[in-house]
Amino acid sequence: MTAVTERQQLAYIANQAADMRVNVELETEGMTLNIGPQHPATHGTLRIIVKLDGEQVVAADPVPGYMHRGYEKLAEVRTYPQVTTLVNRIDWLGSFANEVPFILAAERLMEVEAPPRAQWIRTILFELSRIGNIALFLGDMAVQLGAVTPVFYAFRDREYVLNQIEAITGGRFHPNFDRIGGLKDDIPKGWVAETKGVLTKMRAFCDELDELLVGNEIFTARTRGVGVIPPEVGLSYGLSGANLRASGIDWDHRRDSPCGLVYDKLDWKVWTHPDGDSFARYWVRLQETREAILMLEQLLDGIPSGPIMAKVPRIIKVPAGEAYVATENPLGEMGYYVVSKGDLVPFRVKIRSASFNNISIVPWVLRGVYVPDVITILASLYFILGDIDR
Amino acid sequence: MSSTEVTETAPASDERRDALVARLGEELGDALIAGHVDAGRDVWVRVATAAWEDAGRVARDVLGLRYFGFLSAIDWLPSPYGRSLDAAIDLEAEPASGEVEQMEQGVTGGETRFQVFARLHSVTEHIGLTLKVDVPNDTLALATWTRLFGGANWHEREVFEMFGISFEGHPSLRKLYLPGDFEGHPLRKDFPLLSRMVKPWPGIVDVEGMPGVADDEGGE
Repeated sequence: MTAVTERQQLAYIANQAADMRVNVELETEGMTLNIGPQHPATHGTLRIIVKLDGEQVVAADPVPGYMHRGYEKLAEVRTYPQVTTLVNRIDWLGSFANEVPFILAAERLMEVEAPPRAQWIRTILFELSRIGNIALFLGDMAVQLGAVTPVFYAFRDREYVLNQIEAITGGRFHPNFDRIGGLKDDIPKGWVAETKGVLTKMRAFCDELDELLVGNEIFTARTRGVGVIPPEVGLSYGLSGANLRASGIDWDHRRDSPCGLVYDKLDWKVWTHPDGDSFARYWVRLQETREAILMLEQLLDGIPSGPIMAKVPRIIKVPAGEAYVATENPLGEMGYYVVSKGDLVPFRVKIRSASFNNISIVPWVLRGVYVPDVITILASLYFILGDIDR
Repeated sequence: MSSTEVTETAPASDERRDALVARLGEELGDALIAGHVDAGRDVWVRVATAAWEDAGRVARDVLGLRYFGFLSAIDWLPSPYGRSLDAAIDLEAEPASGEVEQMEQGVTGGETRFQVFARLHSVTEHIGLTLKVDVPNDTLALATWTRLFGGANWHEREVFEMFGISFEGHPSLRKLYLPGDFEGHPLRKDFPLLSRMVKPWPGIVDVEGMPGVADDEGGE
């Protein structure tokens, strides 16, 4: 038996103390991480308060409202034609698509129908907005995952689409082109041929991203099985658009309730994916962009001749009534619930925007995921801040 | 596409939507107060305040309207500030009528100043339904739908801050957009829009001419 020296005793105590310190460090306490309001992953100013346990998210609470402009209130003091200027700025990447459901709701109350030519050009601009909008998502989702190249391609090629929209409407981002009863103007000479050239470029863009990302091992590893949304949960939160179709729900306003637009005259299909994860949402949007190009080719070949405006009074009074019209916008279901009292201004306009519902699922879908996946999931849900805050 | 239902003229009757209202009436009994069908286009129902949550449950489980569109509210009080389009040039073209406007509660009627309405949709039958309910003037409270639809959470928070209507049983009823110390409920009709008070709107008469028509009516 050896005597324990004082030195050995002290070393023993020091070791114990060191062990304790390590154990204290390993025992993780809850931590609150604030993402945003200024963060590249938030496309604007969305703030998300995330409670973490280690690397895992315990609770997430999005705080919208940094860009709330009160369009529902402002619409109550503007005449019907003036409202389109406001609603342009809801989803600012697909602005023309925002105008259409509002105009359709007003037309329904007035019992006015746009002439066929106007309906076709509306559909063309609607689908061009979709391509311009989703092209940015296709590149942006990659940049959120650390691949920088695709976003440059996206910005480059989206410009071709914006140029075509500008050629008709005069505005790259805020066309303000739709009118009750038709359109502001006809398409310029040579526009159809030029747009066909752009479609070829956009198809090449889709193929390029398909090769760059969809088959990419890192991309699939980071997106497959991440942020799975079962169809029932998606419906209960009112998810719409590609987010819902990526969960396997075969529903598209363009096919199932094509009021006022000419989708029923085209040959196309609705893409769905059974997985409901981030990869599925990316994949469905990529296919939808291709489908939109296909639709546009048919649309450009079939523009009927005729007037672009129906007969409407110069000062528009909308008869009393209520109407809800929704269309399949780039981000999902966008609808306007318009209440009229027969005056020059709407009595109440409820704007049902897609991103609001698409982001309200964030507290549900982020629970239990790891920190890097937070950004993946947010990017794959694809929201525009103006579309949440209105 | 195969869908050929798009009709130029609305049909006189609408069996699918009539059946929807009838089925809802069977389940809810007296709690279904009014129904309104715009043939070929849309359908509205108004239910009793006490049956609001039940109505949502029946619509989801019996009628199969599983998709939650939105939930919002309407303030039916005629605006005490007029139509805010009263620049001198506008009054010349469109004189204000001067009548005192009565409170009318839309297509399904109603008895209270505030109504909450929600939109549900069937993703298989492709039919949508707008449900409305009166909110009692004295309590301004209603049962929550958050137990039925996860998405109702944010929508009810928005209605809470914009109209001041509270939802009993909501897990965390707090402001959504506005800062915590904001006072008032902006979407109420008696909430003034100050920017219009300090500076009159340029006017409604300043509209552009119709495309293709010579602008001879003096737009310039």
